[in-house]
Amino acid sequence: MSETPRTILDIRNLDISFKTNAGVVHAIRGVNLDLRKGETVAIVGESGSGKSVTMKAAMGLLDSNATVNSGEILYTYTDTDGTEKTVDLLKLSKKELRGTINGQRIAMVFQDPMTSLDPTMTIGKQIMESMFLHKHMEKEAARKRALELLNLVGIPEAEKRFKNYPHQLSGGMRQRVVIAIALSADPDILICDEPTTALDVTIQARILEMIMDIQEKMKLSVIYITHDLGVVAKVADYVNVMYAGKIVEVGNVNEIFYEPAHPYTWGLLSAMPDLDTDDDRLYSIPGSPPNLLHEPPGDAFAARNQFALVIDEKAAPPMFKISETHSAATWLLHPDAPKIEKPPELEARLERARKEVERYL
Amino acid sequence: MSTPLLKVDHLVQHFRMSRSYTVRAVNGVSFEVYPGETYGLVGESGSGKTTIGRSIIRLYNPTSGNITFQGADISGKMDRDTGSMLRKDMQMIFQDPMASLNPRKKVSDIIGEGLDIHHRYASRQEREELVAAMLKKVGLSPEHAARYPHQFSGGQRQRVGIARALIMNPRLIIADECISALDVSIQAQVVNLMKDIQQETSCAYLFIAHDLSMVKYISDRIGVLHLGYMVESGTTEEIFSNPVHPYTKSLLSAIPHPNPEVEKRRKSITYDYKSSGIDYSKGQEHVVSGTHTVLATEEELAQWV
Repeated sequence: MSETPRTILDIRNLDISFKTNAGVVHAIRGVNLDLRKGETVAIVGESGSGKSVTMKAAMGLLDSNATVNSGEILYTYTDTDGTEKTVDLLKLSKKELRGTINGQRIAMVFQDPMTSLDPTMTIGKQIMESMFLHKHMEKEAARKRALELLNLVGIPEAEKRFKNYPHQLSGGMRQRVVIAIALSADPDILICDEPTTALDVTIQARILEMIMDIQEKMKLSVIYITHDLGVVAKVADYVNVMYAGKIVEVGNVNEIFYEPAHPYTWGLLSAMPDLDTDDDRLYSIPGSPPNLLHEPPGDAFAARNQFALVIDEKAAPPMFKISETHSAATWLLHPDAPKIEKPPELEARLERARKEVERYL
Repeated sequence: MSTPLLKVDHLVQHFRMSRSYTVRAVNGVSFEVYPGETYGLVGESGSGKTTIGRSIIRLYNPTSGNITFQGADISGKMDRDTGSMLRKDMQMIFQDPMASLNPRKKVSDIIGEGLDIHHRYASRQEREELVAAMLKKVGLSPEHAARYPHQFSGGQRQRVGIARALIMNPRLIIADECISALDVSIQAQVVNLMKDIQQETSCAYLFIAHDLSMVKYISDRIGVLHLGYMVESGTTEEIFSNPVHPYTKSLLSAIPHPNPEVEKRRKSITYDYKSSGIDYSKGQEHVVSGTHTVLATEEELAQWV
């Protein structure tokens, strides 16, 4: 790569809270995120960490009880007349978003292919729907394009499948259809919210490889929302680790997997057994994520962190820069912090990973 | 080895959908589960692994084949004692903790239902104590007993599901994809919990899952299912170090490694039954080595090994 591609989605200091019966839930607490053209960014975190909410904010799909307290989501695109434009997606009305951005420029693939397809419409119709809506295509042209898309996402005998209803397809095939629909209006950004969680491993591998292929062909930027680190390792260029509404560590994929700096990332990496794990017990992060109804004063992870320092209880750590691309929000990186050994399970894990790389190369 | 706790012999489970169409979900699967061990059943969706679990616990009536549990035949008509033994000593943990817990019941009633049915307590207080102790065991607090399922997080709900299964002190627990709906950090907690409970009560698990790294971690022995046939079975070591069947190979190659340098270069092996020319119904069980068996015809076996 000669120059860094331009940033097309830039989330700055996003802060969102939800009003519920029990009180105000501060779900997103200052999220920053960059997405550059043609790159893949993964957002990793547990359920409730706010990864889906962040992306829903970008799509204007937030529930009605949500309030955006501050922040902006800047989206840069090339308009039809060739000029470059930057808009703040949070400032657009729902109507403007629906009319110009959603589906056309930013498309989303949801987790469950069963519930995201209309059971009463043939898949061909569903794929053509957005072409009629957004591109005002003629029926014949739309049909041709839909067949192309079905071929692109690897559905055999597209002609025959065109008239099928969603229930006639298997889960993997359905997810391919969902992806075809997402791609039907040539978007710039594809947001995949747990695209393979509901699928089998064999199918998962194929779907991921297919998305990577298409990304190459169409120069798409992709955002993956997932909790599966195996998926992240396969597809991502950059990784954002999210915890309790904040991004706690960001870096390129190698930095996150080989030199993780945040104790939460350590926990995530060691909690997932790889094929060589033979410990008696899996390393697990104790407790569960905090309830953001009662926002902790200091670091939200402190209560589950065996390496927590006194200051963690009092003040939330800022992002400490480790390298040009890598930074993490933990007081352990402060120059005055005590030197801490990584847990042995993690050390063993990283060692195995390094060995595996050597063997493989 | 000791006598098996559960013996499944040529289990066939067909579902007749209409006069002309029958779903052949399970086609002659045999395996054994020994006391205190964990047997992993893996395979993609539609391979029949869940059906096998549900046939064993008699949510379905097997089409043919024999299932023996603690020496009693549980595949045909059962007398009262056998039925009661089956309901008590075999329990199930379901995949989706939201769908498998009655939303209109309090956690104490969900967990205590088995106790109610089998009259396992003398007083209300004893029942409360039993439920409270069980909640503690699975890492929840006794105050949670008065809550409803929707007031819990996914991981906590699955703990309720585990507590419900454990309260009858079963000998065999069928865990059907019981951790796939949970987050990674919570998965590890639940798996550790299941291991602790196994050590404490020496119950056996039939662990049904598609997450192979987790199956490898938790299982002593593994059976690989595809399209209702058990294509390969053996100890975890045998399956993972020396997979023979092409389907097993493709399944193993599809496991994502959390190691970007390797994962970015790796391509998974694809396996398509239709174009592979393999006919499962023609294959016989061949012993590769030790307890490692493969479903194949003579020629196929010669080709694969």
